[in-house]
Amino acid sequence: MNDSKINLLEAPFELSYKYKRSSGPVMSKFFEGLSQKKIFGTKSKAQKVFAPAAEYDPDTREALTEIVEVGPGGTIESWSWVNSPRSHHLLKTPFAFALIKLDGADTAMLHMVSDCDESDLSIGKKVLPVWSENPTEAITDINYFILES
Amino acid sequence: MSDDQAPKDYKESFIHLEYQYTAGSATTTFLNQVKEGRLVGQSCPKCKAVYVPPRGSCPRCGIATSIEVPLTDKGCVESFTVVHIPIPGNPIVPPYVCAMIRLDEADISFLHLVQDIEIDQIRIGMRVQAVWKPKDEWTHSLENIKWFAPIDEPDVDVSTLRFKPS
Repeated sequence: MNDSKINLLEAPFELSYKYKRSSGPVMSKFFEGLSQKKIFGTKSKAQKVFAPAAEYDPDTREALTEIVEVGPGGTIESWSWVNSPRSHHLLKTPFAFALIKLDGADTAMLHMVSDCDESDLSIGKKVLPVWSENPTEAITDINYFILES
Repeated sequence: MSDDQAPKDYKESFIHLEYQYTAGSATTTFLNQVKEGRLVGQSCPKCKAVYVPPRGSCPRCGIATSIEVPLTDKGCVESFTVVHIPIPGNPIVPPYVCAMIRLDEADISFLHLVQDIEIDQIRIGMRVQAVWKPKDEWTHSLENIKWFAPIDEPDVDVSTLRFKPS
């Protein structure tokens, strides 16, 4: 059938639902820490530090229970500039999604870097978190990271 | 579990997606007919299978189904389930019955509600007919049919509904 013969029906759809989830014993420590402006990771027997805290070492399957504080500063490992934030983005002005390796950690955490231009960013730049004044024990307790001046 | 019994570490989360749905030619044609109170399927030119709602192609033969087939709003319950758990945002109060309705002359069934009967009386093979909303409420939606209700006709042996390629 030739689509051009009829006006195709279109409609906006919205799919939305709430649910409750438990963060579990390890991730709960991580989220509680954020509300106290601390970033917690977990350390394996081989002294590898995962931040954000991981429940298991993906290589050895070791259950990780030793909590260590990392950061708050970190280093940009990789980044992607968002020039035109969409409605669902938390920041309304241009920003970067970045993988940030927090000081003392061996893994990187995905967050945002803002208050800068795209040309200011490069791999290896140091960043610092900007904390929310209304913490809710969520990853959004860090508003975003800024470049260390 | 009520909120006050929930463990302290339970957090409210949400999923939210917005998107634009384009119906495509087969669904558009079908819904334009539904808006006028008609159920029109499409049949495969090769195996003659009748699809309702039509998707524009025959998955068995892999060819377009361009032949329009007007259908009755009568059929039978091919299978059903009793829903006891409320779904947030769903205005229908449990328990209620969702059924796969096989319209006469159709070779596939679609999901709709069965009402106007005690739940424990509903059975596979039961004859039903669409109960339409008032005409002034008709839109491009199968919700123009409020539900399917039983009619006084003998049950159908659903094993006879199996598709026979012609």
